[in-house]
Amino acid sequence: MNAAIYRRRRWRNRAVMTLASAAAMSGLLVLFLILGTLLVKGVGSLSPAVFTQMTPPPGSAGGLLNAIYGSIVVTLVGTLLGAPVGILAGTYLAEFGRDTRLATVVRFINDVLLSAPSIVIGLFVYTVMVVRMGHFSAWAGGVALALLVLPVVVRTSEDMLRLVPDSMREASAALGSPRWVVILKVAYRAARAGIITGVLLAVARIAGETAPLLFTMLNNQFMSTDMNAPMANLPVVIFQFALSPYKDWQALAWCGALIITAAVLALNIVARALSVARTGSES
Amino acid sequence: MNHIASVSIRSSTAALDVPAAALRWHNLRDVALREATRLSAILVLVLLGGVIVSLIYGAAPVLRSEGLSFFTTEAWNPVTEKFGALGPIYGTLVTSFIAMLIGIPVSIGVAIFITELCPRPLKRPIGTAIELLAGIPSIIYGIWGLFVLAPFLQKEVQPLIISVFSGVPVFSRLFAGPPYGIGVLTAGIILSIMVVPYITSVTRDVFETVPAVLKESAYGLGCTTWEVVRNVVMPYTRTGVIGGIMLGLGRALGETMAVTFVIGNAHRIAPSLLAPGTTISAAIANEFTEATGALYTSALIALGLILFLITFLVLAAARYLLLQLERRAGK
Repeated sequence: MNAAIYRRRRWRNRAVMTLASAAAMSGLLVLFLILGTLLVKGVGSLSPAVFTQMTPPPGSAGGLLNAIYGSIVVTLVGTLLGAPVGILAGTYLAEFGRDTRLATVVRFINDVLLSAPSIVIGLFVYTVMVVRMGHFSAWAGGVALALLVLPVVVRTSEDMLRLVPDSMREASAALGSPRWVVILKVAYRAARAGIITGVLLAVARIAGETAPLLFTMLNNQFMSTDMNAPMANLPVVIFQFALSPYKDWQALAWCGALIITAAVLALNIVARALSVARTGSES
Repeated sequence: MNHIASVSIRSSTAALDVPAAALRWHNLRDVALREATRLSAILVLVLLGGVIVSLIYGAAPVLRSEGLSFFTTEAWNPVTEKFGALGPIYGTLVTSFIAMLIGIPVSIGVAIFITELCPRPLKRPIGTAIELLAGIPSIIYGIWGLFVLAPFLQKEVQPLIISVFSGVPVFSRLFAGPPYGIGVLTAGIILSIMVVPYITSVTRDVFETVPAVLKESAYGLGCTTWEVVRNVVMPYTRTGVIGGIMLGLGRALGETMAVTFVIGNAHRIAPSLLAPGTTISAAIANEFTEATGALYTSALIALGLILFLITFLVLAAARYLLLQLERRAGK
């Protein structure tokens, strides 16, 4: 009787633990499969031409120069528009607002924005900017990305500022510092690494973002530096090229996918290293 | 710390020399900083308000012409300007359901493996690797799903599923028809791969918060690892795990690019999961730039509004659930 129960418990334990290990292994397997496929298919078409030539018409050689340029520009615009506002709003939530009604509402709304699908943000920018201006533009793409950066930065800035102990603020105030000195020179300095990590993660989020660019920034087969016109960008080019029937376009799509993934993973690893360095110095 | 002290002393001696001017200057900067941060916070509110208003405004024409039938009919014909959102809504819900059905157990399994089974030196690398999966852009999942996963499913898996379930009553209808490779099931599988890192990282974090004393006392009573997880870890971390699941569900519902690549984009509700379908986000991504006519555009914006409301409801439900659980735990 007892032995039977023991056996059943041991057996059940072993079964669940085997399943858990299998789940972890399959997660790693998928990561390696995705990265492996990217490397195998992407490296083959990686050449200097990719970085020096424009996207070709089907059947001829070319590169991704205009798409890479567009992606960098629009990511920069999105970050420069979204991050400062996000840090300021996060500062309000952590320093001035705290438990006021406005802060509570903003915190909830920020969570809603954070969970809003990126394609919905694209629709919003389309109706507000593209329809008003009468044409697609790189600015519209930048604004759409800024709207994705904003809630991430608000969230992390607030969290990081909240981690700064109040005793530090009080110590500074006791020395006679006005509020702005306390915030800019004490709180920001203590929370700097965390806030930078948040911004980097937000940049990583928008760098590969495709959906909101489809109908704001559109695409452009040629090199363009005009922010008021449609501009090529890597994600949309990958989307278009991958779904095309042309073999050389598909090869370029894999190549672009490899570039984006490498950039995004690098950003993630830098952000991670920063936050590890921070917790390491604190303990 | 030295620097901070010196700054403060400098400013306070300045206050002693010219009190009024210095105080006014500091006061000005205080007010300026407070108002700048407050305006930024209000901007967040205004933006969300703008998103909702613009979606309702954009959706109004089609809701006026179709009325409630927009939500209950399946027909989607841009030529005759007949629009019904049921097909995309069905696709969104079913693909997300499949994603959660596969994703939740796998994520919890991975979290159990990392916290309870994994040898210490491997803990960090495996955790980091799984989290890197979360960082990969969705378009990469899409292109991988289209060129690698879909052909594999078509050649190896789907014929097997079809033949296994061919005699079973309900399942034979769910898994019927030719193996296209792309379709609702493939989209669900890709989504499940995408939500696993999200749910896993939250679940692992909350699993780590369980006090070692609690687990050790259960082990001391003779519990197996599974019994400790089932009866100590899970009840202790329930709210956090639900939060992680809701995070994953939110991502699955709104995911666009990966789904667009592999779902086949057909505005119909097929009984078989192997058949092509569409989701709200995939329909918008595919058709928006080609939408001619105000009513067509409006119908797509209305789809966006529905998607926004669904994700909002998921968020609100998660919040409410967490609040209830917290209250019950507090009693």
